[in-house]
Amino acid sequence: MQDLNDFRLETRDWLENYCPQSMRTPVVDEIEKYCGGRRSSYFSEDQRAWVESMISKGWIAPTWPREYGGGGLTKEQEQVLKEELSAIKARSPIFSSMGLSMIGPAILEFGSEELKRQHLPKMIRGEIRWCQGYSEPNSGSDLAGLQTRAEDFGDHFVLNGQKVWTSSADKSDWMFCLVRTDFDSGKHSGISLVLFDMESAGVTVRPIKLISGASPFCETYLDNVKVEKNQLVGEINKGWTIAKYLLTHERQNIGDIGNVTRSHTLSEEAVESIGLHEGRLSDSGLRTEIAEWQIDYECHQLTMERVNLEIESFGVGNTSAMLKYYGTELNKRRHELEMSIHGGAALGWGEDSIARPWLRSKGNSIEGGTSEIQLNIISKRILALG
Amino acid sequence: MELLLNQEESMVKDSAKEFLSTHAGPSLHRKLRDNNCSRGYSDALWSQMVDLGWPAVLVPEDYGGLGFSHVAMGQISEQAGSYLASSPLFASSVLGVSAIELSGTQQQKEELLPSIAAGELFLALAVDETPRHNPEFVDCKAKKSGSEYSLSGEKLYVVDGHISDKLIVSAKISNNQEDIGSTTLFIVPTASKGIEITRVPMVDSRNSSTIIFENVHLSERQILGGVGNGSNVLSAILDIANTHLAAELLGISIESFRRTLRYLKERKQFGVNIGSFQALQHRAATLWSEIELCKSIVLKALRSLDNPNLSTPRLASSAKAKTCKVAALATNEAVQMHGGIGMTDEFDIGFFLKRARVAQLLFGDQRYHTNRVSELSGF
Ligand SMILES: Cc1cc2nc3c(=O)[nH]c(=O)nc-3n(C[C@H](O)[C@H](O)[C@H](O)COP(=O)(O)OP(=O)(O)OC[C@H]3O[C@@H](n4cnc5c(N)ncnc54)[C@H](O)[C@@H]3O)c2cc1C
Ligand SMILES: Cc1cc2nc3c(=O)[nH]c(=O)nc-3n(C[C@H](O)[C@H](O)[C@H](O)COP(=O)(O)OP(=O)(O)OC[C@H]3O[C@@H](n4cnc5c(N)ncnc54)[C@H](O)[C@@H]3O)c2cc1C
Repeated sequence: MQDLNDFRLETRDWLENYCPQSMRTPVVDEIEKYCGGRRSSYFSEDQRAWVESMISKGWIAPTWPREYGGGGLTKEQEQVLKEELSAIKARSPIFSSMGLSMIGPAILEFGSEELKRQHLPKMIRGEIRWCQGYSEPNSGSDLAGLQTRAEDFGDHFVLNGQKVWTSSADKSDWMFCLVRTDFDSGKHSGISLVLFDMESAGVTVRPIKLISGASPFCETYLDNVKVEKNQLVGEINKGWTIAKYLLTHERQNIGDIGNVTRSHTLSEEAVESIGLHEGRLSDSGLRTEIAEWQIDYECHQLTMERVNLEIESFGVGNTSAMLKYYGTELNKRRHELEMSIHGGAALGWGEDSIARPWLRSKGNSIEGGTSEIQLNIISKRILALG
Repeated sequence: MELLLNQEESMVKDSAKEFLSTHAGPSLHRKLRDNNCSRGYSDALWSQMVDLGWPAVLVPEDYGGLGFSHVAMGQISEQAGSYLASSPLFASSVLGVSAIELSGTQQQKEELLPSIAAGELFLALAVDETPRHNPEFVDCKAKKSGSEYSLSGEKLYVVDGHISDKLIVSAKISNNQEDIGSTTLFIVPTASKGIEITRVPMVDSRNSSTIIFENVHLSERQILGGVGNGSNVLSAILDIANTHLAAELLGISIESFRRTLRYLKERKQFGVNIGSFQALQHRAATLWSEIELCKSIVLKALRSLDNPNLSTPRLASSAKAKTCKVAALATNEAVQMHGGIGMTDEFDIGFFLKRARVAQLLFGDQRYHTNRVSELSGF
């Protein structure tokens, strides 16, 4: 306990010295977010300094082993670090990294020593950005029905097929990709997880424009793409186990989505936009809906906290589907309310549009497994209905 | 570890569950209802509760109690919800004790708390005068002359009113014509001259009464929490009341969901368990998620009662608002998913719907508390 306290004080001290003031303010614009990768650049010198300091500490991946560039911290120390970071409202050094949040943990858990040494340090240093190649035109919710083929040519595979909805494929350097390696066995038992460089011959990426106007994801065509056998994660035909492990990670991340620290609460926004009459928000219907949302939001936050404590204390937890389902539905409700609060002012299509994030939020209950799929998971695994 | 139970709290929860699951439950409730039990609860059950020390849970050790936390007592409130256990615990051991402890004089504490803890003295809280909860509306008058008062007026929906020994009553102090003070609380013995208590049968077959006061004679010593201080004291008591009702509503939700889930796995139609239909699965999964959320806010609000701060009122109202909504959903879905049998009196599920409705309305329903949350948050 004393050690943990020392660690807290050291951490606080270090952050005081190495986290620049401008990195302690909320992100205003997407372009201020550093995501890493070959094509990335820093938005400011402060950002460079902040990211590099965190890399040198290993705190980009606080609990990963030091030999791969991680911080080697215990879970308790990581918690302290998180608390200290959030106390000064420090920005995340590397944003929305599928490497750090998804394939990294999977390589640590299932990958060979060679893969760990090849990939983990570059993830941490922000040199390589990763994308996720799961969904296909004919297999979305029914992911195990995927048809992208990987044929065995002795020391390598040859991939053919099409992936879709690949987030940031056009900005990413490597893909972790689910492919079919056994064409005769059952749906779930012939799938493998492989890694390849997006610059490999035969990879074509075509951005897809979303209803929000942005193009955060792509179609990815694979035409005779050669992948070395050593880029297989875990055993051949055992990819489904890893995919499920990863989906749990992804769900937790997306379920956290309402959790972005904002400078204004919904009710403050409403008071500013609509005004008070005798101390109360003038629109009583909206007032009720906002209060209901805020109550549900607090309940969801508390539930994430409670569930994490339970997992730490009792090692059980099957709640990620519920948190994903509830968190994303809450985030959609938030954006619906935000649209109502701002009325006509929300309908503009400029850069600071309120409508664009509203439209983007619709994807929250689709990406990472739709709400209906989460409800299926709860019914089957937790409630044992079937 | 704010959001986990500690050892003492878990023990209280486990023993409450074990005791109530064997000694209370729908069949006892049905018996009380069908026999028109005059006190509205089972004496045998109550004396066992007294032996377990439950009326003493919230009473400080200095006054012969156990001095446990609201979180601990909340576990009993929750289980009382799950097992439909009626008893004087809520009115007397939670509300009565809290009111005296929060605002009583040394003398009042010494006089009342040990006997409440021993399960020998019963208190009840007489607040509302309108069909929908509105503690600010106080038409009861305490006419002052010298150091004496004369109380007149009417109170509605007083839980355990007809079995209580003393009432805590909110009234406005007046001289002959006008109000001269804001709301003040009085401790009024039910044996006083001029009090008429009528038990009112309610949909949940629990205790509720209408009380008429006609020139009831009171002395200064019967004032609780100081002249004009009634609203402040009352609002703290009501936060406690609503948080424990939220725990009860959570218990009701958990149990009606458990029964419904069991039925979904037993009942066959179209040659399969009805639980295999996705239309029902998704509703069950949604309900389960909502109940998980209720668990968190109820625990948070109970903790806050043990360490009162600026957020306590907001948390109490959030917990009540959320559990009202979810208990209504859980009990409605329960009846619906049981089909025709859920509509019968012979089947127990209807008891949960009825009790939930009363617990929801008591001291403010979902709408009342949602509005209070927005008010407390400045909008
Ligand atoms: C913003 C965004 C980012 C994404 N990023 C990535 C990415 O980086 N990589 C990647 O591989 N994929 C990504 N996806 C794809 C995402 O995983 C799929 O869209 C998702 O799994 C749903 O598949 P689908 O679109 O084919 O819909 P479908 O599976 O065709 O579903 C259509 C509708 O039917 C419902 N449905 C389907 N099956 C059932 C069932 N059994 N029971 C009840 N209802 C059912 C669904 O819930 C949905 O409402 C992304 C998607 C979005 C929106
Ligand atoms: C007040 C009242 C009056 C009635 N009067 C008459 C009368 O005069 N004459 C008469 O013959 N009957 C009468 N009934 C019976 C009524 O028609 C049945 O109760 C009704 O058809 C439902 O059947 P069940 O009760 O067996 O429920 P179940 O069929 O067992 O249903 C239980 C639950 O499962 C759901 N469920 C069942 N199958 C599916 C499915 N495939 N997909 C999704 N969900 C499903 C139901 O919606 C319900 O929620 C009456 C019922 C009531 C409540």
